Amino acid sequence: MQWETVIGLEIHAQLATKSKIFSGASTAFGAEPNTQACAVDLGLPGVLPVLNAEAVRCAVMFGLAIGADVNRRSIFARKNYFYPDLPKGYQISQYEQPIVMRGQMEIELEDGSSKVVGITRAHLEEDAGKLLHEDFHGMSGIDLNRAGIPLLEIVSEPDMRSAKEAVAYAKAIHSLVRYLGICDGNMQEGSFRVDANVSVRPKGQREFGSRTEIKNVNSFRFLERAINFEIERQIDVIEGGGSVVQETRLYDPDRDETRSMRGKEEAHDYRYFPDPDLLPVILDEGFIESVRASLPELPTEKKRRFITHYGLPAYDAAFLTADRALADYFEEALKVAGCEPKLVANWVMGDVSAALNKAGLEIGACPVTAAMLGGLLKRIADHTLSGKLAKEVFEAMWAGEGDADVIIEHKGLKQITDESVIEALVDGVLAQFPAQVEEFRSGKDKVFGFLVGQAMKAAKGKANPAQLNAVLKKRLED
Amino acid sequence: MSLHQQSIAELRGMLDRKEVSSVELAQHFLARIKTHDPVLNSFISVTEDEALNAALAADHRIAAGHAGPLTGIPLAHKDIFCTLGVKTSCGSRMLDNFVAPYNATVVERLNQAGTVMLGKLNMDEFAMGSTSESSFYGPTKNPWDLSAVPGGSSGGSAAALAAGLTPLATGTDTGGSIRQPAAYCGVTGLKPTYGRVSRYGMIAYASSLDQGGPMARSAEDCAWLLNAMVGFDALDSTCSEQPVEDYTAKLDNDLSGLKIGLPREYFGEGLDVGVARVIDEAVAEFRRLGAEVREVSLPNSELAIPAYYVIAPAEASSNLSRYDGVRFGHRCEAPKDLVDLYERSRAEGFGSEVKRRIMIGTYVLSSGYYDAYYLKAQRIRRLIADDFRRVLSEVDVLMGPVAPHVAPDLGTSLKDPVTMYLSDIYTVPVNLAGLPAMSIPAGFAHGRPVGLQIIGRAFDEARLLNIAHRFQQVTNWHRQFPAAFA
Repeated sequence: MQWETVIGLEIHAQLATKSKIFSGASTAFGAEPNTQACAVDLGLPGVLPVLNAEAVRCAVMFGLAIGADVNRRSIFARKNYFYPDLPKGYQISQYEQPIVMRGQMEIELEDGSSKVVGITRAHLEEDAGKLLHEDFHGMSGIDLNRAGIPLLEIVSEPDMRSAKEAVAYAKAIHSLVRYLGICDGNMQEGSFRVDANVSVRPKGQREFGSRTEIKNVNSFRFLERAINFEIERQIDVIEGGGSVVQETRLYDPDRDETRSMRGKEEAHDYRYFPDPDLLPVILDEGFIESVRASLPELPTEKKRRFITHYGLPAYDAAFLTADRALADYFEEALKVAGCEPKLVANWVMGDVSAALNKAGLEIGACPVTAAMLGGLLKRIADHTLSGKLAKEVFEAMWAGEGDADVIIEHKGLKQITDESVIEALVDGVLAQFPAQVEEFRSGKDKVFGFLVGQAMKAAKGKANPAQLNAVLKKRLED
Repeated sequence: MSLHQQSIAELRGMLDRKEVSSVELAQHFLARIKTHDPVLNSFISVTEDEALNAALAADHRIAAGHAGPLTGIPLAHKDIFCTLGVKTSCGSRMLDNFVAPYNATVVERLNQAGTVMLGKLNMDEFAMGSTSESSFYGPTKNPWDLSAVPGGSSGGSAAALAAGLTPLATGTDTGGSIRQPAAYCGVTGLKPTYGRVSRYGMIAYASSLDQGGPMARSAEDCAWLLNAMVGFDALDSTCSEQPVEDYTAKLDNDLSGLKIGLPREYFGEGLDVGVARVIDEAVAEFRRLGAEVREVSLPNSELAIPAYYVIAPAEASSNLSRYDGVRFGHRCEAPKDLVDLYERSRAEGFGSEVKRRIMIGTYVLSSGYYDAYYLKAQRIRRLIADDFRRVLSEVDVLMGPVAPHVAPDLGTSLKDPVTMYLSDIYTVPVNLAGLPAMSIPAGFAHGRPVGLQIIGRAFDEARLLNIAHRFQQVTNWHRQFPAAFA
């Protein structure tokens, strides 16, 4: 039988606010356990939540960026359940009237076509704390630093039909929230968490199959693998005569499989009801318009502009605009270099990205700033440097030896473009290798490469290759 | 007259004239607590050392000429308000070991005002109850009749005021918990408009109904105390930004032309004849003061009790989830796993009335029942609020009894909680509508005090206090003192 996969994603994005969603405690990552949990976060008797306006602004920004309805009135509800990482015994979330509804996200597929994924809703809620199971001698510790960190939960429609589509959607949302500056997107630290609802159905069937929810996926690579594992598992279950149990499954990256969370996942009745400690969030037009005015250029717009304005191929434009910082880096380098945009794109996507990957750095921490790269490319454009020498200069800049011009000067790497100097070099080589010259003249073209190599060697690699070629050719034909 | 029978204005004058020091005042009340409270059980904690230190500081402030209206005046807080460094039990075993690391906004403001806290007052466990018998610390007794309950949940506050153990007390009112004990003990209490007094640091029972307020021996004293309690608080999202006023400024305003409505539904079946007679006489007194009286109707009143006993337990079931034995409060011995920790800590820490309401609340919020109970109760709540809005556009205030009968005997309510719930019939609608209301002493029936309830428009506290004060200028009910405690 032909199977069709149906996938919807729930993404939890931690909002990059300075303080928590309902208290004044800091949200900085990595502090000593429980040093960033105030009376409100601890759920002490008598404390009350006060909504962080910045979290609301972030949610509205996101809603506007995905063309969604931003509800002028939304309410917070309590989701009631007991767990030690949940100090109040309920999580403050949004249930019936979320702040954002009905948006969409365009994603690009591998074959170059695009697809629109519906976003059902995005709502604000507080994060829970963390249980620590190591170093407590069979008991568990609780760290409430994370309790109360603002989350935007982004729920998609079940619009994706393959793991690749799901990853493309997750990456598009990831890119967007980083563009907007509302989430740092750090998946390892849990700032951006993706849960996948996966089901399969016979191709052509309209009803959805039973779905499972996959949690604990902390990279795009694992997301793809987890979904693919789950699709195969479900098909195996059904084809083996069984039926898929609706449940939550955890992805185990070490064994590359999903496992049932049974035992923990009893049928929960969360007893949602409006939180009487918080007033409805009422947004006026003025506020929404001010947020709209503050929206940066979004990834799809930027990509379009990179193609039309800079004449870049679609692949390059997509690569460069996936990350706002990378796009900014490109544009700044281009401004300084004043050269062909494609040359800058090649360097950013090639040498710069490779070096960053190797060093495990983000573009923001690149030791070669955009201005430094621009300075280097300027010297390629004006023929001061050959491509080969430029790589040497780049490495020196990476090592902290200064700007391109300083390094060129210091290392004497300036390209030889003086015609008479090149002619002298070529003449020297011709005199040195009369036999090879004879061979060439008798029709052995291959010897030309050897003579070029010898001339370049004599120039210590600094001769302008095009000029060198031309001079040599001219001399041999004389 | 003894110090414990003086008004706050009189005490203020004596302090300012150095006829008495704040330390002497505190000592006077602390001595009375020592003498009388073993019988009454109105205090959960007496904070003698802290009181004397605060009194000393107040005396310095008075000597330096920096005294405010309440500087050096003793008071006691209901044990529902968090007090930094002093046990805050909420009348529960669950919080018997809880010492708050912060002050409630009300406590902080009154500390800033220079009041001298004598201790923390007894109450029904988590403010759930109408008799103060559900306290883990044992029942408080009614100073007028030791075989009667003082009412609840602010029973400790009312009893301590009636017996002259403190000149001022704070209380909280979710369904009548300030007004009803004030009525049962013959003292004066005001439940302000929802949002008038910050709830921050006031341990939540039912968040959409809870409201702290002043309790004292007169309306004038309540006005002094209210002045120091009210005002916007950024820590409470439901706290109103409506400007505050000086609640003592209009106390003496003339009442001629005041339009008083008597809700028909507050004088119907179930109202004790003796109580009815006291209320009739009080209303007659207002006629003599120049008020116009007419009958009005609040047709949805009878729905208030069922709606309240859905909404309040629903909120309570969630509010009390934080008492799980994990971070503070009672924890059972040697739990074998997480579920055991939860179950035994809560089973041991909570009393039966609290458990009953948690179960009711959990039930009405459950999937499949939510619409039939919680949503329907919210609709009734709007109908009740609409009733009040309509009637209060025709009259200035409403008057009626606080409770259908006088304080019942100790022990009778525990056996029959439904009858106890029904006795909240005249107070609960006011909380559902979020309106301000007072209870003032109006006489006696069956040898026990009777309170008159005055209900006003939202944020009309100044008018309520004015009306109560004028009544107290021409009556002596609020000056009565139980003989055993004179």
